[in-house]
Amino acid sequence: MVEFNLPANSKVGVGKTINAANGAKRAKTFKIYRWSPEDGQNPRVDTYIVDLDKFGPMILDAIIYIKNNIDSTLTFRRSCREGICGSCAMNIDGTNTLACLKAIEDVKGDVKIYPLPHMPVVKDLVPDLKHIYAQLASIKPWLQTQSPAPSRERLQSPEDRAKLDGLYECILCFCCSTSCPSYWWNGDRYLGPSILLQAYRWIVDSRDEMTGERLDNLEDPFRLYRCHTIMNCTKACPKGLNPAKAIAEIKKLMVVRR
Amino acid sequence: MSANLSNKSLRTPLAEVRGLGSAKYGTEHWWHQRLSAIALIPLTVWFVFGVIRHLGADHAAFTAWLQSPFSALMMVLTIGVTFHHAVGGLQVVIEDYVHNEWAKLAAIIAVKFLGFALAAAGIIAVLKISFGA
Repeated sequence: MVEFNLPANSKVGVGKTINAANGAKRAKTFKIYRWSPEDGQNPRVDTYIVDLDKFGPMILDAIIYIKNNIDSTLTFRRSCREGICGSCAMNIDGTNTLACLKAIEDVKGDVKIYPLPHMPVVKDLVPDLKHIYAQLASIKPWLQTQSPAPSRERLQSPEDRAKLDGLYECILCFCCSTSCPSYWWNGDRYLGPSILLQAYRWIVDSRDEMTGERLDNLEDPFRLYRCHTIMNCTKACPKGLNPAKAIAEIKKLMVVRR
Repeated sequence: MSANLSNKSLRTPLAEVRGLGSAKYGTEHWWHQRLSAIALIPLTVWFVFGVIRHLGADHAAFTAWLQSPFSALMMVLTIGVTFHHAVGGLQVVIEDYVHNEWAKLAAIIAVKFLGFALAAAGIIAVLKISFGA
């Protein structure tokens, strides 16, 4: 019950400081979490002081600049740099968000960057996502039917299609799940807001014929009902979606079908 | 993530996630928590006003109030629903934070036994006053 020792690598030390600003007019300090599985050391926070006139306006521009020009060992995921791939999700200035959508000027003072909270770390800002990907697979995020496949596309009324708005836009960056205290404490069994939003996206899809089985699969004190409406998920979502509402809709359907 | 996830397990991540399957339970508990929360709004208001109305009253005045059928009914409901809600809520808190299976089971049993015992004690006290035994 009570653990007296912190888990391994919990103590974060102070790392190196590199001043690459060279007396620039617009200098900014970035404090970035670093951990490598190879050197046997505890994590540390490295400090990079950089010239904001050397790169673009977003946090991702800054860390790409640091990697390319100052410290090539800095490790992070990135791909599309325009908020559609979900790769560069990280904890910036105390909030989970996408580095590519977060403007540097929106951060007052030093920019503190950590990996997504409470996930195992592969290296630096790269979290291990295999468990949450398995959770996504467990809700079968694809169309399932019993009727024979039609000879043409499956039809859906504009009203039914509108029910998917606010759900289909999710890019699976997991900013929401990793901001959720319930997911921190019980993420082994609780599916978390991102996966439950995906589950609801298929539950509410008028073309899907396995709605009951999908609800059966979620009817569990841990998988669904660890959600205590904390709402961090909705606050964190960089795409402006509302996972808490999707979870509430699932809970409503659970009561309706009793 | 959670302490329950073993990094050394040779099982696939999907096997870990699917685990023992869905419990096919949970809605009833959630629904009872919501219903009892709604019921407790009028019951608690009644209880608080009842106590305030008897500030400074002596024992006789208080028991006279509780002897009325309406007061006894409301008090029994208040006690029953409060403990039902408290036991259900504490169970969720324990499930959230206690990750040792034996400690979790022991804590939930203790909370349920204590909750039912206290509710029964309270209800018997009200009935005793109400029926003037």
